[in-house]
Amino acid sequence: MHASGSWRRWRARMMDLVFLVGGALILFGALGVLFLLAGNLIADGLGRIAPGFFTSFPSRHPERAGIKSALVGSVLVMLVTICTALPIGVAAGLYLEEYARRNWLTTIIEVNIANLAGVPSIVWGLMALGLFVYQFHLGRSILTAGLTLGLLVLPIVIVATRESVRAVPQTIREASYACGASRWQTVIHHVLPYSLSGILTGAIIAVSRALGETAPLVTIGALTYIAFLPPSPVTASPPFVSFEWLHSEFTVLPIQIFNWVSRPDTRFHRNAAAASLVLLALTLLMNGTAIALRYRLRRGLQW
Amino acid sequence: MTNRITRAMGFPLVWWALAATGPDLVAQSSPPVRVDGSSTVYPVTEAVAEEFQRANPGTRVVVGISGTGGGFKKFCRGEIDICDASRPILASEMEQCSTAGIEYIELPIAFDALTVVVHPSNDWVKEMTVADLRTIWAPEAQAKITTWRQVRPSWPDRPLKLYGPGADSGTFDYFTEAIMGKAKSSRGDYTASEDDNVLVQGVAGDRDALGYFGFAYFAENRNRLRAVPIVDPAGKPQAPTEENVMSGAYAPLSRPIFMYVNKSSLKRPEVRRFAEFYLTKGSELVREVRYIPLPPDAYAKGLARLRAGEVGTAFGGHAETGLHIDELFNRTLRTTPAPPPAPETKPDSPKER
Repeated sequence: MHASGSWRRWRARMMDLVFLVGGALILFGALGVLFLLAGNLIADGLGRIAPGFFTSFPSRHPERAGIKSALVGSVLVMLVTICTALPIGVAAGLYLEEYARRNWLTTIIEVNIANLAGVPSIVWGLMALGLFVYQFHLGRSILTAGLTLGLLVLPIVIVATRESVRAVPQTIREASYACGASRWQTVIHHVLPYSLSGILTGAIIAVSRALGETAPLVTIGALTYIAFLPPSPVTASPPFVSFEWLHSEFTVLPIQIFNWVSRPDTRFHRNAAAASLVLLALTLLMNGTAIALRYRLRRGLQW
Repeated sequence: MTNRITRAMGFPLVWWALAATGPDLVAQSSPPVRVDGSSTVYPVTEAVAEEFQRANPGTRVVVGISGTGGGFKKFCRGEIDICDASRPILASEMEQCSTAGIEYIELPIAFDALTVVVHPSNDWVKEMTVADLRTIWAPEAQAKITTWRQVRPSWPDRPLKLYGPGADSGTFDYFTEAIMGKAKSSRGDYTASEDDNVLVQGVAGDRDALGYFGFAYFAENRNRLRAVPIVDPAGKPQAPTEENVMSGAYAPLSRPIFMYVNKSSLKRPEVRRFAEFYLTKGSELVREVRYIPLPPDAYAKGLARLRAGEVGTAFGGHAETGLHIDELFNRTLRTTPAPPPAPETKPDSPKER
């Protein structure tokens, strides 16, 4: 009896150890590959990272070529994506968790959201081409691109919102109701702020995904060579803001990278590495911002 | 709360974008010159667009890469002014264009020479005939022709390792058409990649390798690859050099690449100026991006065709290989597809000559 108990304990401890070592190996393996790739990119591309690289348009001369139009395009498209996917996604998530009754309709919606998260991005591109470009006549513009990527990442935002809203303890809601708050007040003053860090993480994952997308943008007609920027959103005359940039042609970083990688001249490959570094830095920057924000938001939380 | 977050998250980037946008305000009144189409033609158009905008400040040119087929789709919808094409317009595209009332001017702009390459230390292949290439690449060769000796008995008994573009590539279409006489007819057991740089790497790293791709990829990698001269119908091996391609001696693997200009877009002066710039300043830029320019008089003829506004194509909407460049200007232009060419017969109607 005694012997079998210690045997079992020993086995459990061994399993622990095996799992720990196995997990650590896989983790370090994955990190190793990541660092190897990043190191490779840095070795190839760091030499090209200079102010001129950010302020030059594409060119046939590898040393003169830059990512100005691609970077501005990426940032503006992301802006539209965030402005559409975040409010709609968060609202949808809140509705499904806090308001919707459990019935067949919400079940259908839930299943569909889960399915939509798995739809290949090229399909979104085709849908957007048919709907936004040919039906709504939005043109092959920043607006179309932003909306397409917004739809693409919407399921991610909704799922993240629902997960983090669900994590808010039921007692908080009950306490709020007990104080006489309406459902809306409960959601806006308690549930949403408490779940914000989780929502934010989801939003950043969503934007990071959107930032790297190429296929749907090529489908809707993103350009490759464009040597001017969209019209400025701020104007000298009233009303000082202009939304004309929404209708402008554009290109984005992944398209520029892809183009450079496929060029015969190997010096362009260094440009591609440098542009990849910029894309990587942009993603890290956003992730870093999210982590910092989450930390600050959590600090203010006390349950 | 939400406010604080958006501000912290998005605003540095937004301000950067705003600041960057500011100084580049140009007249937004006229739409840019819109070019789209083949990725093979893209480097040339990029170079021309860059120089054109430098020479004409304030004009704007945008270039996309939708592929030749995708480019023609947009072109026949009237969405773009110029379509870059690595092959002539097809019968179905001619019909789409004529249904939409789009008239086009066909202008050859450069040559691309499909280059057959081997490893530099391959010392047995001195030249190849089209028949050799057919032996190697035929669908029947799949899993059968696996050593160099099987192609020619004088070559060593070493494994034959093949590299070539994937089936979606226009290069693949042209090569199979020129060698096998039928587009997309090829063996499948070779290392295929849509990225020609992968093919370069493959052949450069393998003594037994044989591959083919566009001339520019060979020109950038001359120290790592050797181009195989192709035996012409007269029995003389012809290397893919500028002279041989220009004179038409490097046949059938050299092909002209085109731009198609929408005739009604030419009413806009910037489109007309861009097209003329392409044909007058283009040949130097073509060489710079490692393509092979047309003979000088071909550019002059193209310019004349552009100025006269002669619409139509010199092809009947069908793929043809090994054409001499003068053919493209001597034929009568058609705007409706010709019936499929009957093999081995001369054109029957006199206006075809």
